[in-house]
Amino acid sequence: MSEQEPLLEMKSISKEYYGIRVLTDVCLNLRRGEILGLVGENGAGKSTLMNILFGMSVISETGGYSGEVCLEGTTVNFQSPFDALAAGIGMVHQEFSLIPGFTATENILLNGEILHDNIVTKVFGPRMKTLDFPAMRAIAKNSIDLLGVDISPDTLVAEMPVGHKQFTELAREIHRPGMKVLVLDEPTAVLTESEAQVLLASLRRLTDTGIAIIFITHRLQEIFDVCNRIVILRDGKVVKEVATTDTTMTQVAELMVGRDLSGHAVATREYDAATETILSVEHLWVDMPGETVRDVSLDVHKGEILGIGGLAGQGKLGIPNGIMGLYAAGGTVRLHDKIVPLNDPAAALAAGMAFVSEDRRGVGLLLEEALDWNIAFTAMQAQNKFMRPLLGGLIKWRDDKAIRDLAQKYVKALDIKCTDTNQPAQELSGGNQQKVCLAKAFAVEPDLLFVSEPTRGIDVGAKSLVLDALRSYNRDKGTTIVMISSELEELRSICDRIAIVDEGRIAGILPPTASAKDFGLLMIGRRTHEEETVNNHD
Amino acid sequence: MTSIRTLIDKAGWPRIIIGLLLLSLFLAAPAVGVRIDQSLTDTIVRFGMNGVLVLGMIPMVQTGCGLNFGLPLGIIAGLLGATLSIEFGLTGAAGFFGAVGLALPFAVLLGWGYGLLLNRVKGDEMMIATYVGFSSVSFMCMMWMLLPYHSPTMVWGYGGTGLRTTISLEGFWLHILDDFLAIRIGQNFKFPTGMILFFALMAFIMWAFFHTKTGTAMTAVGSNPDYARASGVNVDRMRTISVVMSTVYGAIGILVYQQSFGFVQLYNGPFFMALPAVAAILIGGASVNKANITNAVIGTVLFQGILTMTPSVINSAIQSDLSEVVRIIVSDGMIVYALTRSTRKSR
Repeated sequence: MSEQEPLLEMKSISKEYYGIRVLTDVCLNLRRGEILGLVGENGAGKSTLMNILFGMSVISETGGYSGEVCLEGTTVNFQSPFDALAAGIGMVHQEFSLIPGFTATENILLNGEILHDNIVTKVFGPRMKTLDFPAMRAIAKNSIDLLGVDISPDTLVAEMPVGHKQFTELAREIHRPGMKVLVLDEPTAVLTESEAQVLLASLRRLTDTGIAIIFITHRLQEIFDVCNRIVILRDGKVVKEVATTDTTMTQVAELMVGRDLSGHAVATREYDAATETILSVEHLWVDMPGETVRDVSLDVHKGEILGIGGLAGQGKLGIPNGIMGLYAAGGTVRLHDKIVPLNDPAAALAAGMAFVSEDRRGVGLLLEEALDWNIAFTAMQAQNKFMRPLLGGLIKWRDDKAIRDLAQKYVKALDIKCTDTNQPAQELSGGNQQKVCLAKAFAVEPDLLFVSEPTRGIDVGAKSLVLDALRSYNRDKGTTIVMISSELEELRSICDRIAIVDEGRIAGILPPTASAKDFGLLMIGRRTHEEETVNNHD
Repeated sequence: MTSIRTLIDKAGWPRIIIGLLLLSLFLAAPAVGVRIDQSLTDTIVRFGMNGVLVLGMIPMVQTGCGLNFGLPLGIIAGLLGATLSIEFGLTGAAGFFGAVGLALPFAVLLGWGYGLLLNRVKGDEMMIATYVGFSSVSFMCMMWMLLPYHSPTMVWGYGGTGLRTTISLEGFWLHILDDFLAIRIGQNFKFPTGMILFFALMAFIMWAFFHTKTGTAMTAVGSNPDYARASGVNVDRMRTISVVMSTVYGAIGILVYQQSFGFVQLYNGPFFMALPAVAAILIGGASVNKANITNAVIGTVLFQGILTMTPSVINSAIQSDLSEVVRIIVSDGMIVYALTRSTRKSR
């Protein structure tokens, strides 16, 4: 088997998005009948790599890639997913791409239907061919059976449970006769444990037919269950490629998140756990799509910087969004021992909290308005700042000069690069937009500041500026900061404590000096999984 | 050279082109025997008549409710005010301001309900607004027949019940604003000072409103509702307020229009009143979610100017009476032009 020529080879792939390097010299090869596990933190470059393989248009639109992709020894360069499909590469995405009103059969054979000639085709040509339903059903049935699940080919997709939809999608990819490589992007994320087991079993069966599989997941247990080899990506580089039998889960977790700790400012100061609690959260749930919070209880101490980390989709973003009233939430939140009403952004602001949203362009900014408005607006609306009462307070008149002065102060303090404070926010670069978002929150002068993904999508220089701004704001004003980030290293460089969220719950709270391995294990939910098997009865 | 370029960028090509067209029409007018002073008067009067209606577009555009195609609703409130004022026999200034006062409660109430409706159809406001306008006009067609009005100047002479389609304001408040402090130069030029002053007052109120906390919040709601909500603004409330304001401006606007026009037009009168106002503000440079008073003023001048000048100049040039046809072609053509502009802008 090992002498055999690799089925798929990706040679020194590099890719830049807008000058930011996301993949550097990535090499990957795949043999027939093999399952290759691809793991890495969010942003490690997994999706970009798969997008290159699948010929997604986003790659060519952003300047293409360098390196070479070889399929069965010949170099290929797919211009669209159709080319990739034709060459025998299939992909199952995390989100479903099925038509709800069609049956399983129709979805599986969509655009690959078996056609019949009939009388009309003689006259009007091949567009009038009829579908051969029995033949199609047989094919659909075949590929569903191959997966080892029991789905009727005639069920409407809309009526299926999520698990079955995932299997239908998989069946669609494998029914194609020339299928050689199958990419599965987090296929088990929506499945229950038993469904996931069935899926994993069917993957093994598929490889017997000679298909090779690239399997992306962050549940490491699954990787160890089915994969022959593991490739670990970090910061766009392959940090290790190893046979599953030669490694342990702990080692992989460490490689995934860990960096050399040398030369890194960890634990900025002594942390005193005895300081009073400023915010206490009990049994918080938040219904934020894609970031559901199930049951979070958490105490935030006065004056600290608390980090909240975890993998994407586990609910870390839901926590601040829920507390600030932006998504439907329940539970008890107390600030200074006073209950903060949920689902009411005005009340959360009035209580003395502010929020820098992770969705900078969507929630964080008035893109078409001038900088000074962007910075002053929240403080103006929530606290009546920058208002002059006219006619005995009957009319609250906007004080444009005070707003401009405030904006100028923050432009200087945070070194925001702009022509003047009248410039619309959309004309600024990502890093400067982020500084505007920070200025907006600072202008509220909160007791507690939530900062969500403050460095997402901005370059390295701006990153350190933003982090410095947060650090000095915390130090100078004594403001408590809760920072949510996908980048563990960033949290470790600034936070006093770091909570890791997994499956909508706090998996654990660690000091920033804890080892990468411990963080990794909390993130992949190993500890909670063990607990759950005891506690969870459904 | 650069200053010319920035000027062009600031004004925008559509306004420059239309402005030049208007200018050339004025230049061509004497050659075909159309009096310039008469044309100027017509243009200014038409500007004053339509200005407040166009101002009424601003609040809804600013909160992201889109262009107020439901303007007939506000107009109906204005018509109720006008007919009630006549019914009560109010004349002169008391008649006009009485009509305004009587129209306001209706406008606030209708606007509030209309606002609640639009909050339920976010994203499709302009489509729904169009039908709100149309259906309210049709509903009122029945009501004008049924409502118990008695004033002999308004009800049909033969049946004794139901209001006439057009009611003359002669003897009530005809030209009450037009003639206030009016400046006459020669035989053909009259500057309707009162009406322009009234427009300026309404524009000032609008300007001032957008400098208050609520007005600022409304602008933010239109710019990015999620941002506004995260800043503690009640988005639905701001939208409702904007719809009420637009409706109130519609009601007052039609009264200004009528006092100059001389007639109250009922039944299908309000049917197509929204379109010229929409076209004017778009030509003035507003987009579907950003508008200001300058847009309203420039747009109204250009749109009404073209509408006044084109038919008279073309008529005289080709020596036949095509004024109505030309007017329709020009006005609808401008609306199509303006709407295609705005689509490009919003994408």
